[in-house]
Amino acid sequence: MRIFDPHIHMTSRTTDDYEAMAAAGVRAVVEPAFWLGQPRTSVGSFTDYFDALVGWEPFRAGQFGVRHHATIALNPKEANDPRCRPVLDVLPRYLEKDGVVAVGEIGYDSMTPEEDEVFAAQLALAVAHDLPALVHTPHRDKVRGVERSLSVVAESGIEPGRVVLDHLNEVTVKLVRDTGCWLGFSIYPDTKMSPPRMVELLRTYGTERMLVNSAADWGRSDPLLTRATGEAMLLAGFSDDDVDRVLWRNPTEFYGQSGRLDLADDEATEPTFAGNSILRGGS
Amino acid sequence: MTPNELRAALRDVPDPEWLANALRRVAVEPATIARFFPAAGRRCGRDDLADLPGWSADEAARVLLLTALPTEHAEQAEALYRTGDAAEKRAVLKALPSLPLGAAALPLLHDAIRTNDTRLVAAALGPYARHLDQAAWRQAVLKCVFTGVPLAVVADLDARADGELAAMLAALADERRAAGRDMPADATELLDRLTATSRPRDREA
Repeated sequence: MRIFDPHIHMTSRTTDDYEAMAAAGVRAVVEPAFWLGQPRTSVGSFTDYFDALVGWEPFRAGQFGVRHHATIALNPKEANDPRCRPVLDVLPRYLEKDGVVAVGEIGYDSMTPEEDEVFAAQLALAVAHDLPALVHTPHRDKVRGVERSLSVVAESGIEPGRVVLDHLNEVTVKLVRDTGCWLGFSIYPDTKMSPPRMVELLRTYGTERMLVNSAADWGRSDPLLTRATGEAMLLAGFSDDDVDRVLWRNPTEFYGQSGRLDLADDEATEPTFAGNSILRGGS
Repeated sequence: MTPNELRAALRDVPDPEWLANALRRVAVEPATIARFFPAAGRRCGRDDLADLPGWSADEAARVLLLTALPTEHAEQAEALYRTGDAAEKRAVLKALPSLPLGAAALPLLHDAIRTNDTRLVAAALGPYARHLDQAAWRQAVLKCVFTGVPLAVVADLDARADGELAAMLAALADERRAAGRDMPADATELLDRLTATSRPRDREA
């Protein structure tokens, strides 16, 4: 089983995790920029963090044979702190980096006017830098958050197929299914989604445009729940090809739209996916 | 490494027109390098170059871009290093011997040697490391041994290695022996050469 975790915060994880992930079949990850447990108070904290996402963390991942890419953005929670707002000015230089495959996580936390402005500004950056966008949907007031996110996405003019709405569940999946956007699901030990619930959604809605991630971070989470979901799919009667589509080809297709995904070695062995510029040097 | 050698090794890049255009633009509008420099990997590829051992396509392309800068703009290399990802930083370090900067870029070497990214440490120990003072250079060589970077990356290794470095290597070898761990073979060989030179008759005495 080859696995591409399209959303995991490896900065918060240990080398034991990298070892266990590699042994479980995780060959590639995308690490979205997000908030840390402790709020930041200056732009410098963000640039050091972004630099690690395009410098140190890919090196660390590489030692375990895992390909690491990042998405870069000012997250919605910290968008509310005026001291962090100038982060928007440094984003363009990061959005040109080779390892940056989307703008994200953007979206809503508390749905404030400040979040509105920063969300729209960053969707415009995604269009300007020819990158997909990763939209975090809020944990509180989620249905209205998803609806409002979809209308901001529609107003921005970005192509729906270049947007993923993440952290969806049984209630919010229906809102996104027919919009043309991709659907992200975070599998957690207790909250968000579980492997059996995810299998039910795949049965109901199919595997197209469906992304499964662990969203593992500094909270209670588990970087192996992508693998557990693949196994639950097989037990439920899905084929190996279905699992490969959800856990490898779908994230490859979505982030491959950046033209920057570098999976050359992994793709060479199993050239099952065509139609995206995922090879080295592609654009 | 001369620009002509780099250019020849890059003749088969996927998008040669992109590189040719970028080099022309950088020569007349130096500020445009900020946009071309990060894109070189996805435009020129990241594989090792068959004709140029130790160089990947993106490194060679980025070094060419830096050498295309007008002389009075060569200091842009520092900003590109400071704002670069790991691959961009590595390319700047490899370009330093070819740029008209004198010793001005020395702080970049210190930065690279402080990191834990062995690719950056290795790239910092090329010919430009002649500007490092001897104490910093010895520490950097020892860091290579400690982190498993092959000593073949160190420019002028035998010419510059001295008794103090030999003492440091011998102390590391003692620690490794006590812990039941091996020294890298290239470090043991270097230590043997240094010991043989400085104390030719010790062993027989």
